[in-house]
Amino acid sequence: MNIYVLLKKTFDTEEKITVSGGRIEDDSAEFIINPYDEYAVEEAIVQRDEHGGEVTVVTVGDEESEKQLRTALAMGADKAVLINTEEDIENGDQYTTAKILEAFFEDKEVDLILAGNVAIDEASGQVGPRLAALLDIPYVSTITSLKIDDDTASIEKDVEGDVEIIETSLPLLVTCQQGLNEPRYPSLPGIMKAKKKPLEEIEIDDLDLDEDDVEAKTKTVEVYLPPEKEAGKILEGEPADQVKELVSLLKNEKKVL
Amino acid sequence: MSDKILVIGELRDDEVRNVSYEAIAAAKKIDHNAEIVGLLIGSGDIESQGQSLIAYGADRVIVVSHDNLKTYTSEGYGQAVMEVVNNESPTGIVMGHTSIGKDLTPKIASKLNTGLVSDVVDIEDDGVFVRPIYSGKAFEKKVITDGITFITIRPNNIPALEKDGSRSGEVSSVDVNITDLRTVIKDVIRKASEGVDLSEANVIVAGGRGVKSADGFKPLYELAEVLGGAVGASRGACDADYCDYALQIGQTGKVVTPDLYIAVGISGAIQHLAGMSNSKVIVAINKDPESNIFNVADYGIVGDLFEVIPLLIEEIKKVKVTV
Repeated sequence: MNIYVLLKKTFDTEEKITVSGGRIEDDSAEFIINPYDEYAVEEAIVQRDEHGGEVTVVTVGDEESEKQLRTALAMGADKAVLINTEEDIENGDQYTTAKILEAFFEDKEVDLILAGNVAIDEASGQVGPRLAALLDIPYVSTITSLKIDDDTASIEKDVEGDVEIIETSLPLLVTCQQGLNEPRYPSLPGIMKAKKKPLEEIEIDDLDLDEDDVEAKTKTVEVYLPPEKEAGKILEGEPADQVKELVSLLKNEKKVL
Repeated sequence: MSDKILVIGELRDDEVRNVSYEAIAAAKKIDHNAEIVGLLIGSGDIESQGQSLIAYGADRVIVVSHDNLKTYTSEGYGQAVMEVVNNESPTGIVMGHTSIGKDLTPKIASKLNTGLVSDVVDIEDDGVFVRPIYSGKAFEKKVITDGITFITIRPNNIPALEKDGSRSGEVSSVDVNITDLRTVIKDVIRKASEGVDLSEANVIVAGGRGVKSADGFKPLYELAEVLGGAVGASRGACDADYCDYALQIGQTGKVVTPDLYIAVGISGAIQHLAGMSNSKVIVAINKDPESNIFNVADYGIVGDLFEVIPLLIEEIKKVKVTV
């Protein structure tokens, strides 16, 4: 099976966010594989181990994304591709990314594409479904189980807590949700092997695209932090009195009861 | 050409979801003079639901009913929406940022070669859309630079207009041939939606590791029921198997903005705060006075949740009875 994983680097979830010059300050930030994409990498490896084939991890990003691609290789992916847009694209959006990926996949034989259901930074959740639409293949988002038998996929999908049992066909794109699997940590031998695995770097020129072909349809005009919350009130007294006061405050002051 | 905004409504258990009414209000915020056209997709007699979209501000409603649209699939609903979009040529499209909205709208945007600003929580004049990024640790303002105005709105942030039963408008049915579906829904297992859906809940009672067991969640469910709210959880509680991951609130997990968030036995890791700190009023109940959760709470009770929650349930019942 030809399995591809769409991967994005995101801020470490521990990072505190600061804004300077109208953008998120990222100079000293730690980056990780987007947590939902980790489920995608893990599932790709599991499916390859069961059905054979090859896992290729693809990212649209910058030089720095190489680190996350190497991590995915260390987890067990076979190949990585970095589509480096640093030189060519200043302000892309999900339209941009999906169009670049469409061009990348144009000459590929694909059985399965896996992505995270959402990236924890920009949180659009658009790239997977957009790409599937461009490639005209079925997609199922927020999956929590995937079983493949020849060209048929049986899927469990999380729908706001309910579970849908879905049957569809390959080639297929899925986006991965928590509960799908438990992503493995890269092992030491895995890390050693990853250094020798192929990591191809291409630019949009190589995909016969230029900047105008993928120009964003939306633009961010301002980034800001929410107002700091003022320290709240810790209630005092016997539990029963605290509860009485709380209910009174919620009802009369905040008017939420 | 006058502006026309298509509002893709959503049905759950044959009733229009509240977020669809909020989407009408959002469409009016985008352009008060635009014609607001509601769209309902499903199977059987759903035409009767069209009138409620009109009562909440839609000018007219289009209904697509087909046996193949009984449950949502991106392909089936995609075909229905594209047919209506091609007929109507709207200048804008608004939908809820729900499970279906998140799945469907990127496909439509892709088919239309347009942008899409998702998860909008506020709309400013001149088409500026506000949305949380980094799970609410920051916000961005976005504009659409090319193509139609296409957004999804987060439930519970843009208030619906007052219901006006005297409004009238046409509800018309459109026949669409829904074919070649490669994706089939075999079954739906109801798990979480016995109560109120987290993303639309006005009140959320969330439990953390401090709840100690799956059984320990029972008082939280009771409290949520008294408040007409939903139950959520921290990652710690989900990892410990006290509850399903579907309930998880946080940077990974759901990001929620209810009117009232009651954090029970939750220490307040930065990842959890990212998912709930924009709630309008936050109450924390925790044994440990040093817990980080107290830094974001409007009101805190330091105490044993198994003692405090039953008292709270009793007290709220009293207040509710006297209302």
